[in-house]
Amino acid sequence: MATDRNSFVREVAEKKYEYGFTTDVQTEIIEKGLSEDVVRLISQKKGEPEWLLEFRLNAYRYWLTLEQPTWGHLKMPPIDYQAISYYADPTQKKKEQGTGDIDPELMKTFDKLGIPLEERMALAGTAVDAVMDSVSVKTTFRDKLKEKGIIFCSISEAVREHPDLVREYLGSVVPYRDNFFAALNSAVFSDGSFVYIPKGVRCPMELSTYFRINARGTGQFERTLIVCDDDAYVSYLEGCTAPMRDENQLHAAIVEIVVKERAEVKYSTVQNWYPGDSEGKGGVLNLVTKRGHLRGANSKLSWTQVETGSAITWKYPSCVLSGDNSQAEFYSVAVTNNYQQADTGTKMIHIGKNTKSTIISKGISAGRSQNAYRGLVKIASTADGARNYSSCDSLLLGSHCGAHTFPYMDVHNDTAVVEHEATTSKISEDQLFYCNQRGINTEEAVSLIVNGYAKEVINKLPMEFAVEAQKLLGVSLEGSVG
Amino acid sequence: MLQINNLHASIGGKEILKGINLVVKDGEIHAVMGLNGAGKSTLSNVIVGHPAYEVTQGSITFNGKDLLSLKPEERAHEGIFLSFQQPVEIPGVSMVNFMRAALNAKRKYQGLEPMPAGDFLKLMREKRSIVELDSKLTSRSVNEGFSGGEKKRNEIFQMAMLEPLLTILDETDSGLDVDALRVVAEGFNKLRRPESSAIVITHYQRLLDYLKPDVVHVLIDGRIVKTGGPELATEIESRGFDWIKEEAGL
Repeated sequence: MATDRNSFVREVAEKKYEYGFTTDVQTEIIEKGLSEDVVRLISQKKGEPEWLLEFRLNAYRYWLTLEQPTWGHLKMPPIDYQAISYYADPTQKKKEQGTGDIDPELMKTFDKLGIPLEERMALAGTAVDAVMDSVSVKTTFRDKLKEKGIIFCSISEAVREHPDLVREYLGSVVPYRDNFFAALNSAVFSDGSFVYIPKGVRCPMELSTYFRINARGTGQFERTLIVCDDDAYVSYLEGCTAPMRDENQLHAAIVEIVVKERAEVKYSTVQNWYPGDSEGKGGVLNLVTKRGHLRGANSKLSWTQVETGSAITWKYPSCVLSGDNSQAEFYSVAVTNNYQQADTGTKMIHIGKNTKSTIISKGISAGRSQNAYRGLVKIASTADGARNYSSCDSLLLGSHCGAHTFPYMDVHNDTAVVEHEATTSKISEDQLFYCNQRGINTEEAVSLIVNGYAKEVINKLPMEFAVEAQKLLGVSLEGSVG
Repeated sequence: MLQINNLHASIGGKEILKGINLVVKDGEIHAVMGLNGAGKSTLSNVIVGHPAYEVTQGSITFNGKDLLSLKPEERAHEGIFLSFQQPVEIPGVSMVNFMRAALNAKRKYQGLEPMPAGDFLKLMREKRSIVELDSKLTSRSVNEGFSGGEKKRNEIFQMAMLEPLLTILDETDSGLDVDALRVVAEGFNKLRRPESSAIVITHYQRLLDYLKPDVVHVLIDGRIVKTGGPELATEIESRGFDWIKEEAGL
């Protein structure tokens, strides 16, 4: 294990960002710029029904009335929304040939990313929806899942095959009026995954979506919708990478989750978008709205995120706890190095009685990066007996980085108990030297200490992801000490 | 095994070691005694390559290799182990993971495969019992919440796991009560391989009663001013250091 990591670290140290390659694949990219015509064109390309076009246009018109928010603890480069192409389709070849087969270049790309799309080669127990740029390339194990009544497909397909379900839930957790980026996404969203777990069904495998940005000058606006019906269960994973490019690339996604009575959803993210180079040039702007609605009594939702990539990360996976006795968790590790910036955290909105939420956030900052936790715990007057426990820790490597904590509490019920703890620590020279004296080099020592620090969160990830995440933590902090 | 020639070293521009000469042969135990501030800990830190110290003159060779050109972790791989005076706590890193990383780093340096997990855990159990280190401690984070005595026993345990050629005990007796000292010292004696050597840095005789040094050095103001057999330690115990200072004309 340690040896594996060593060679892995060396390998990546030479290449810095392992996923920085581009795929040479025939891609249909629409012209840059955003207008009603572009919104109509996207909808038309996807062959969408009228109601969805209306939804997009309403969102677009509302977006026009908004200004990009500035409250994040972030220095954002100005985004020229007319300089981005809103639709890129790398599956051009298959359409031209009319064979329905996937371009071997695309298969190779996902192989290279460690996401084989051949079912016989796939990771045991994981079904994958692979999305490149604006289009879902392939979803594996669909037939097997169908036997249990589970729907797992791209959202474009869901619009065609299961319009009633999509219409009922789309925008029901994150309405297009929610915020600037939500409105933008609602207008131009391209692909993403749709999951429906019927009543009483435990999904027998991990469901996962792998997002890849490939084309230059494009933005990715994916949209994921998960509905977990009464007494159902699903564990869902999300992974992301992008090529190395000098310019910033925009990624503005929405994830909506509906959890019904006694149902349980686990949502895990390992976010490794291209972070920009060591001078802070390029990198993905990751501006995401994620929210789950615990509608049913005794429902459960847990968000686990390991955020190591992106030049800027701006997201707050949140939970609205409406159902009585519902429980929500947020486990987060956010790593920033070089010039990366992260402003991330969660919102826990307690509405139902005896609702319970837990927030564990671990920020790790190195280089000249800035890392902020921002969280809101709101207890409505109806939430008798609500409980929240929050713990926000920051670990600093070096003295040019920053760690910030912005916890907000808004409590309207006297019976609620809300606790908040926070610590800040630093890896000391003495700790590193102690490791060195035992034969552990500095890079590996940092990796050991950081992984130890993040353990509580990493342990929440499914096995396969946990191993990846551990490697990633070490690699993301390459060269941050000494 | 270890040969130190005319070693000068400073920290923050202040010269602490002013020309140390020392030869340690295979299997020998050397005691280095002296008052606070004489440079005892500086000597041990310079041997293991602590980055805060600057070597301004002289050389150290270890089994024929130029030690000063090696990184701290390479010196460890070559077989030098320091039992720290104040072992640092590393929260979140379990003793098991820490030891496995250390042991496998050494094996890699030697061109060996990582030790299989089963063998590793068995080795941990074996060595642990010799220093009477509770299994609860090895499942905890490195040194976190350990008592003074537990930390020192943990150092000896790590020595046993890594099987160094040269062990430096830096004031291992400080802060230990009589019983804890006995456990640590007896553990050291049992775990030490006969061909391996040790440098024992101490103020007092009591640790030397257990460890039975072959050679005793007295370090005053950055120089070794007197060298003798075990009887020198006994004499210091009864007469202090002043007579040595006078003898050396300091």
